[in-house]
Parts: sequence; C-alpha cells; structure tokens
Amino acid sequence: MSEKKKQRMYNQDVSGDGIHSIQKVIEPPRESSRPVIKYMLIGVSVLFLFVMLILPLIVVVVNALGDGWAAYQEAVLDEYTVKALMLTLLATVTAVAVNTIFGIFSAYLLSKFYFRGRQVLASLIDIPFSISPVIAGLVFILTFGNIGWMGDFLKAHDIKIVFAVPGVVLATIFVTFPFVFRELFPVLNAQGKDEEEAAALMGAGGFTIFRRITFPHIKWALLYGVILCTARAMGEFGAVSVISGHLRGKTNTLPLHVEILYNEFNTTAAFAVSSILVLLAVLILIARNLVEWKKK
Amino acid sequence: MEEKVIGETTMYVEMRHIMKTFDGFQASNDVSFGIERGCLAALLGPSGSGKTTILRMIAGLDRPDSGDILINEARVNELPGSKRGIGFVFQNYALFRYMTVADNIAFGLEVQKKSKAEIKSRVEELLELISMQDLGKRYPHQLSGGQRQRVAFARALAPNPQLLLLDEPFAAIDAKVRRELRTWLREMIERVGVTSIFVTHDQEEAMEVADLVIVTNQGRVEQMGTPDDICMHPETEFVAEFIDTVRFEALRAVKGKTQ
Repeated sequence: MSEKKKQRMYNQDVSGDGIHSIQKVIEPPRESSRPVIKYMLIGVSVLFLFVMLILPLIVVVVNALGDGWAAYQEAVLDEYTVKALMLTLLATVTAVAVNTIFGIFSAYLLSKFYFRGRQVLASLIDIPFSISPVIAGLVFILTFGNIGWMGDFLKAHDIKIVFAVPGVVLATIFVTFPFVFRELFPVLNAQGKDEEEAAALMGAGGFTIFRRITFPHIKWALLYGVILCTARAMGEFGAVSVISGHLRGKTNTLPLHVEILYNEFNTTAAFAVSSILVLLAVLILIARNLVEWKKK
Repeated sequence: MEEKVIGETTMYVEMRHIMKTFDGFQASNDVSFGIERGCLAALLGPSGSGKTTILRMIAGLDRPDSGDILINEARVNELPGSKRGIGFVFQNYALFRYMTVADNIAFGLEVQKKSKAEIKSRVEELLELISMQDLGKRYPHQLSGGQRQRVAFARALAPNPQLLLLDEPFAAIDAKVRRELRTWLREMIERVGVTSIFVTHDQEEAMEVADLVIVTNQGRVEQMGTPDDICMHPETEFVAEFIDTVRFEALRAVKGKTQ
C-alpha cells in the first residue's frame, strides 16, 4: 500500500472518534496486590531523587548564601553577571521565537502535505537531538570561522559570527531546534485534514483556517513546546561554550559565567549565579505544570 | 450561482472522460456520467472502486489528470472548490471541534462576510430544520453520532449550495439509527430541493435512498440507472453479482422475521 493511502487511512481512523482519541486519559494505575513492593519502589525512587536532584539543589542554595546575604547580592548584581544574564535572555528569546515559527511551519508541512522525502526531512529536524552540542559548536566554527567555508565571505562583509553574540544565538537555536516541532507534529498529524478541507470548501482563506481551526487545536502543545525550548535554551552549555570564546561581558552566557567563576575558585559567586538559573528553572517548571494541568 | 431555467434533460453535474491516478493506482478510468438538477444520486461500489475520488474531484479537493468536470454547464476544473457552489458532508463529518454547533453552522456564512443578523437568523432556521434548536451551544464531542451528522448536514447547507456532496454519510453511525437517518436525510434533501450526490458501499442504502444509482468498480462506471433498472436489468456480471448479494441479504432478513 502506498504511503499516501496508509496515511489517509490512519487519519480517518484517528479522527473517527473525535476528540477522545487525541487527548487520551491516563487511567490511574491499578493497586498492586503486594504493598511491600509498592513501598519499596517508592522508597528507592524518593532516595534516588533526593540524592540526584534535591540534595544538589540544596547545596546550590546553601553555598550561594554561605558568605552571607551581602556577598550573594554582590555576586548576583556584579556587572558581568548581569551582562551574562542579559545575553542568556537574548539568546533564549531569539531561539524560542525562531524555533516556534520554524516548528509551526515544519510541523504543518509534514503533517498536512505528502511529498517525496517527507520522512527524510522529519529525521533531519531531529539531528540536534542526536548530535553532541560540542560537535554542533565546532560545526559552526568550521562553517563561519576564519578558517571556515564561509570565513572569507563573512570577513569581506565585516560580519562576525564566531566568538561573537550571533554565534551564541545561532548555537542556541541549533540545539533547541526540534522542541516545538516535536510537540506539534503528533498533534497535527492526529487531527487529519478534514476540518481544514471543510473550512477551505466554505471559502475560508489560509490564515482564517489556521486561526480558527488549526491553532485552537495546537495551542497547548505549542505552549508546552515553547516552555521546553526555553528551558533547554537557557541551560545550554556545550555548543555555546565552543563558539563563544568566553569573552567576559561580551559573549558569556550564564552557564559559561558559572564555569569561569568556579574555575577561579570563586565558589560562592559561582553558586550565587547558579541560583539565578535554578530560580529560572523552577519558574519554568511551574509554568510547565500549569500548562499540563490546563490541558486536562 | 446564477439560476437558469433549463429543460429537464439538462445535466447539472457532468463528468467527461475523467482519468485519475494516485501513485500508480488507477482511481478513475474514463469516468463519464451526468446528473440532472434536483436529482439525488448514489455512487455505489466496493471500497477502492474510486467512488470517493469522484466525489472529491467534483468538490475540487482532488484534481483529475484529464477530462472535464462541468457544473451547471460550465467547466470547473480550474475553479477552486469554494467557488463551485457546493456543500460537502465528510465521512467523519469533520465538524470543527473547538466551535459550538451554532458556530459550526455559521462558519461558512461568516467567511462570506454576511451580516450578523442574517447569520443569526439562518443558523436558527437550520437548527430548526435539523430539530436541534436547544443544542446550538453544545460542542461536537457532546453530541451523538446521529446529531453530529445532522449538524454536518446543516453546516453544508448554510451557504445555500446548489449541489450537496456526501461522503459515506451513514458509515459512522450504528446500524440501529442508520435506517432512521436515511429516511430523514432523504426527506430533508427533498424539502430543501438541492441536487445531491452521496457515496456508499451499501447496496441497500443506495437502492432505498437514491433516484439514480451509479455503480463503480475498479475506477470505472459499470452501470447507471434508477434503482429498479439496476435491480431488474444488471448490464454486467459485476453488477449482477453485487445486486444478487442484496437480494440474498433481503431474503434472509425476511426469513429471519417470519421464523
């Protein structure tokens, strides 16, 4: 059977019973007949979470405040820290904006149109998931750096990418590339094309169809993808580390700044700056849970 | 679309030598037929016989590789579906799941930028037609299969199409309600007086509901005629076999009742 027909049958199946097939309700797990196992598993999980997650977080906070509130404030309000925070926010906002637009377009394309090479394109989008971020950074250096393929061209036009802010932003975009797409694609795929075709037959234009039919369907998945993308973009270290050149106050992001402070044996400051990232992470976690809760 | 007073023999929809392939699969092979204004026609055939493709091509959702599609004596091959004056009922109804019943029905009118008052009165009129006056604020997932079908029907009729196309309108409904809905749909179409074509794989359904039956098989039109014609004088072996099965089923049903 051809790909097209298979897809069409799949679409029909899924859209058959309407909304329920897409938002499957997770049933509460059935009570095990052996409570010993249950409590043992709970114990192991809690212990593991404590050692791996909770304890390190506590260490961050304790160490950050280890030399008192004044020292903490000084580290957090330090000129370079603030600049690093600004750069992290710039890179994050840009990466999220670019990847959201790209994610919507690509997910729409791959779920609603059938063409040769569709599968290949879908796999290509996933490359950043499977490639080490350090390699990604190196790839950018080899492409845009002085010795790189586009080096001469960029030099001639006085464009600096490597060891400059554009490089940091590019690396962040690369690493967070698939998040929005990955969240949207299954949702759009399950929706099928019928509703959009119905709207088009009534004379609705592309934008109206997107606004009134497609968007209401994907909005929670989109928000979820944006949140995941934000979290990943803010914490990115590997790719950015390679391409930034660690220029303090210029190309340092927060994670890079933490590393520099730590390597200078400035432990309190390193942990203080880390606590900013922890705070941002907690905020994202709360947002994520709110979205999940709203989705239900 | 402009109304024309035409003789009874003029075709409202005409397919002329339509060819269509999907990835090497011959979906339509020299399909030609005509349907008169006001007629209720059935495209009948087993699955994979190309009947849905024909319907989608009339609607402009698929394009034929060659051949002409005429609606109201004008060639519409290049005309987008939204300009062909048609209403389409999808197999799974394709109701807009994030809109209420009333908003679903109003959608086509809103797109045409009709006035608020006009839209409101038309939606009320249609809700009354499908006997769902009190359910306008419901969402599609809160409706039964039969109700969804009625909404899909009303939504397709809202912009006053000259031609109504229905893809397997009864397939997604359980057998008990199906017979009831068939009669209902037949009555509605007669009351509205719109030329209609529906696709079905159920012989009995086609024979009971349609004025004109077009039997398709392997992308070709095997025979077209009134239900009586097709029952009494099947022209090909395929049609004879197809209809025989129905008779057999009917016979069995009668026997089942009397015993």
